[in-house]
Amino acid sequence: MKTSLLSEYRKLTTTRMWWVLLIAMAAYMAFLGAVMAWSMTVTPADGSTPAIEVTDETIRSSVYATAVTFGYVFPVIIGALSVTGEFRHKTISPTFLAEPNRLRVLWAKLGASLPIGAFYGLVGTLATAAAGASVLALTGNPTLLGDSETWAALGRSVLALTLWAPVGVGLGALITNQVVAIVVVLVYTQFLEAILRIGLGSLGDVGTTISTYLPGAASEAIAGGSVFSTMGMGELLPWAAGVVVLVGYALVCTVIGAMTTFRRDAV
Amino acid sequence: MELPDDGPGTVSVRNLTKHFGSVHAVQDLSFDIRPGRVTGFLGPNGSGKTTTLRMLLGLATPTSGTATISGRSYADIPQPLREVGAALEATSFHPGRTGLDHLRTYAPYAGADDARCVGLLEQVGLGPAARRRVGGYSLGMRQRLALATTLLGDPQVLLLDEPSNGLDPEGIRWLRGFLRHLAALGKTVLVSSHMLSEVQQSVDDVVIIAAGRLVHASSMAELSALASTTTLVASPDAAGLKALVASRGWTAHSLGEPPDAPTTPTPSVELDGVTTAEVGAAAFAAGLELHTLMDKSEGLEDIFLRMIASDVDGAAR
Repeated sequence: MKTSLLSEYRKLTTTRMWWVLLIAMAAYMAFLGAVMAWSMTVTPADGSTPAIEVTDETIRSSVYATAVTFGYVFPVIIGALSVTGEFRHKTISPTFLAEPNRLRVLWAKLGASLPIGAFYGLVGTLATAAAGASVLALTGNPTLLGDSETWAALGRSVLALTLWAPVGVGLGALITNQVVAIVVVLVYTQFLEAILRIGLGSLGDVGTTISTYLPGAASEAIAGGSVFSTMGMGELLPWAAGVVVLVGYALVCTVIGAMTTFRRDAV
Repeated sequence: MELPDDGPGTVSVRNLTKHFGSVHAVQDLSFDIRPGRVTGFLGPNGSGKTTTLRMLLGLATPTSGTATISGRSYADIPQPLREVGAALEATSFHPGRTGLDHLRTYAPYAGADDARCVGLLEQVGLGPAARRRVGGYSLGMRQRLALATTLLGDPQVLLLDEPSNGLDPEGIRWLRGFLRHLAALGKTVLVSSHMLSEVQQSVDDVVIIAAGRLVHASSMAELSALASTTTLVASPDAAGLKALVASRGWTAHSLGEPPDAPTTPTPSVELDGVTTAEVGAAAFAAGLELHTLMDKSEGLEDIFLRMIASDVDGAAR
């Protein structure tokens, strides 16, 4: 297993993809962190009250959880590419020659995605926090960085983003076609989950409960909230339950992939 | 040096069959490949060579039959890269990874360190390109990289699918020498090709398939022996020709006229195992007038083409 992990880790780190995506994530998260901090704290010009009541709690969930709310697409894509890239470039054949136990290949990919996911989580979270805190400080607001609760929230943001990488591996195992997998990730993360949450929320309590188990909602639960929950859009699970749900998605997708796409004759 | 023996290093295919829906890609195929020899695995495109290799390597599941290496199926070999090195036609590389990094990603399975990866790249002539991305490699360079990958674990068995594709003449010559060297070390080397002429100088044994079925398996020497000498001779004196053939004890073959031959004004015979010089000398001595004296001997390539052609029609289903 150590052998497979080392091989998968090398596969992830020997192409440019991991740092190109990481730089994109850092830049995007810094931008969004600054925008969120600005929009939360600046009083509208017409003197009306802001849409969201600004408390320590809302600053934490809206500004410091931005990386989880909007940035999880990056670790999920790097995770998915670690599987789909092998099919796209037909390196899956030499991979299966080196390790004929295909399930072990998938376990190794899940394992190797964790440190990469953690690094993405760390960089994305730090980029958000640095930009958000700078804007808060410049506009004369408390940054809350002296507050241990803020640091706990940031830590959980790293954890949530870390877990998205194995979810991506699971997705890649289910959908081995790279283009289809990327389209599914983008459509779901940028669009479908929000629609589902609004739709399910309109169906009453049962719908709201179901929506808390959606993967995006589960990761926001880990981070302790988001700008969506701040605006009253849906409830969230306790953070530990969010971890269980997200890990569940990763494992279920991977196992289904192992029993279907990974059973077939390799191309 | 490992001595060739019946067990280790023997590749064994038994009644191997693979159907893709109604297409019978491989049909009841059986053959053995022995260590210490280079074996040419030959057949036209689409004859089932790659499918056979994929089943041998556990990448595709046979419909029936078995394929084993040293007595075990590929999936049962504990550290396969240390026993079998395989380069498939479709084997590809991530274009954004360097040649060295490509080797390093598979090196852990083969127990190879970075120094060995660098050494192998130098051995196959890719030393200067080791740190360049594979996307910029030529087809010949990719073939060399694929070969280096197969050698990572210093395996006993090498299975190479069309390894000379894309190599320049100098590269092909280098590859021949290299494969002969590996066989001399006692390794089992299989090289697939769709052309006999491409491998005939470097292989010891041949396994020829067409339409998924075995048509011939023997040593190269036995295959060459099938290329018998034949001389076509025609004379206006039919009786004199017949008498000459009888007196010399030659085997006359296809007496009379082949159905598709252009109208021949003179009776002709084909004589097996006799050269044009022998026939000419005998006819001269007998005072026989000859109108045709022609070398109709088959070349190796002719034999190969006849073998694969005769089987394509009959065995397609």
